[in-house]
Amino acid sequence: MRSWTVPAALLAVALAYPFVFRSNFAINFGVLVLFFALIGQAWNIAGGFGGQLSFGHAVFFGTGAYCSTILQLKLGWNPWLGLGASAAAGALVGALIAALSFRFGLRGSYFALITLAFAEAFRILTNAVEFTGGGLGLLIPLKRGAANFQFDERIGFYYTILALTVLSIGIAVWLKHSRFGARLAAIRENEDAARALGIDTYREKVKVMALSGALCALGGTFYAQYYLYIDPTVAFGVDKSVEMLLVSMIGGTGTVYGPLIGSFLITLVGEYTRAVTNAQGLSLIIYGGLLILIIGFLPNGLVDLFKLRWRRKRRA
Amino acid sequence: MDATILGAAVINGLLLGGSYALVAVGLTLIYGVLHIINFAHGSMLMLAMYGAFFLLTKAKIDPYAAIPLMVVAMFAAGYVLYRGLIGRFSHGKDENILLITLGLSIVLENVALFFFTGDSQTITVSYSDRMVALGPALVPLPKLVSFVASLVLCAVLAWFIARTDTGRAIRAVAKERHGARLVGIDVEKIFAVSYGIGIACLGAAACLLIPSFYVSPSVGHLFVIVAFTIVVLGGMGSFVGALVGALIIGLTESLSGLFLGEALGQIGISLIFILILLFRPTGLFGGAR
Repeated sequence: MRSWTVPAALLAVALAYPFVFRSNFAINFGVLVLFFALIGQAWNIAGGFGGQLSFGHAVFFGTGAYCSTILQLKLGWNPWLGLGASAAAGALVGALIAALSFRFGLRGSYFALITLAFAEAFRILTNAVEFTGGGLGLLIPLKRGAANFQFDERIGFYYTILALTVLSIGIAVWLKHSRFGARLAAIRENEDAARALGIDTYREKVKVMALSGALCALGGTFYAQYYLYIDPTVAFGVDKSVEMLLVSMIGGTGTVYGPLIGSFLITLVGEYTRAVTNAQGLSLIIYGGLLILIIGFLPNGLVDLFKLRWRRKRRA
Repeated sequence: MDATILGAAVINGLLLGGSYALVAVGLTLIYGVLHIINFAHGSMLMLAMYGAFFLLTKAKIDPYAAIPLMVVAMFAAGYVLYRGLIGRFSHGKDENILLITLGLSIVLENVALFFFTGDSQTITVSYSDRMVALGPALVPLPKLVSFVASLVLCAVLAWFIARTDTGRAIRAVAKERHGARLVGIDVEKIFAVSYGIGIACLGAAACLLIPSFYVSPSVGHLFVIVAFTIVVLGGMGSFVGALVGALIIGLTESLSGLFLGEALGQIGISLIFILILLFRPTGLFGGAR
């Protein structure tokens, strides 16, 4: 029974939240928590469950954001349709980068570097060509209506991102219990041993990168529709890659709820520092410090704190 | 294509490569010994550049005269940072070092943003604007000085690693850390010393760059991806490789800018980076991993 009480309670809280806290600020806060939880989970699926440390996940985020936006602006596609297309594009880019890197046997820090290089290449490319609006970026014209992914009320965005985040957590739960997840765990712990056991490590790693890329691209499309604007630095910049990694690392990599916890904490710190001071960069100082402290003292992330309490309670 | 323009682009590319080499040699030393990627390299350079900036503006010490001071100060900073933070918090896992240096770079950059604001600062010294005719190109004197200095720095480091006792210990640890420990080398200390030397190079780099460059909290970004590319291209841990790699990258940037235009020209570096990682991750001068 215990296995579903926590997620059910969380979901109930999330569903009720916009009715309890009705202000624009509160709903925006909820949207941000869920948005970072989504892209953090996307990173976590590759970096935590798959053990493939990426420093360039923005490449998938940006692919999603640009894919749906270009389809909408140039070909008149409905953005909901674009959401599907961008997931497919994210999966494709993920599979391609993974296929290239893993075919040539890149691991660990080398893989982190090549993802960073791909994100940079995409950023420079979108910055340089006319087709993507260049450095000025793309502005999505205002056309209100839920059918157009532009809700009159913020609450519409809230439930959309909630659905996407629940999907990402659902995938993480599935990874925890499926054979695919077990194969990934084997690869993460010892790749050579996993291969010796007969696991096709190349195929599994490409699959997990495609999955992670697709989820991350969904976040990209959501971002573009929420802010109605994207540019190369926002979409493909190092900052996005680092944000996803931070959310997941601080909450707890390779865990189902780590990214959600990390995202909640990071959004809270970010909004609080913005409210009390207008000093630039204060929130980032805290994030960076948290990252160092967590690696030093809580290597499995903040999730460990909850687990400790849980265990103590059960023993008592 | 006009031969003069091409010649000038080549010379400018080589000089640019010299500046990159200054930043990359320290990174390659840290990689070669610790086998980790020091993400804080760019932000440590930024700190050193602010150091050189304030030494001139507050204490009236010329950047070139400040080199010994900055080298010692940055060595101490690197040594203490490794001993007090990186080594202690990483639990011996390479991935953790990567993430700690990332966290460190976020903290350093934003602390700088907090205290120094995001504005770019430049300095003026008597020789900032002096130009020297070099074949078809007219180049600023500070760039020529930093080019020559990058050659000297590489030579000094290569000598240090090859000929001194500490250098031998560093090579021993880089090759076989358990064996090194067995023959009585204090491995943790050598790690900290190597990290300190790598960071000390940035002290020299900062003093040489500042007369012809600007400093801002995010200045490290300009160098960090380029420096990684150079280190991988040259072969991680090889000083000659870092120098040759830096010159190749400088030329690539200058020539692709000339042929592809300013915006698209930057893609040359990323493409080289991806190709070299795929086809020869040990780099041009790197041995087997």
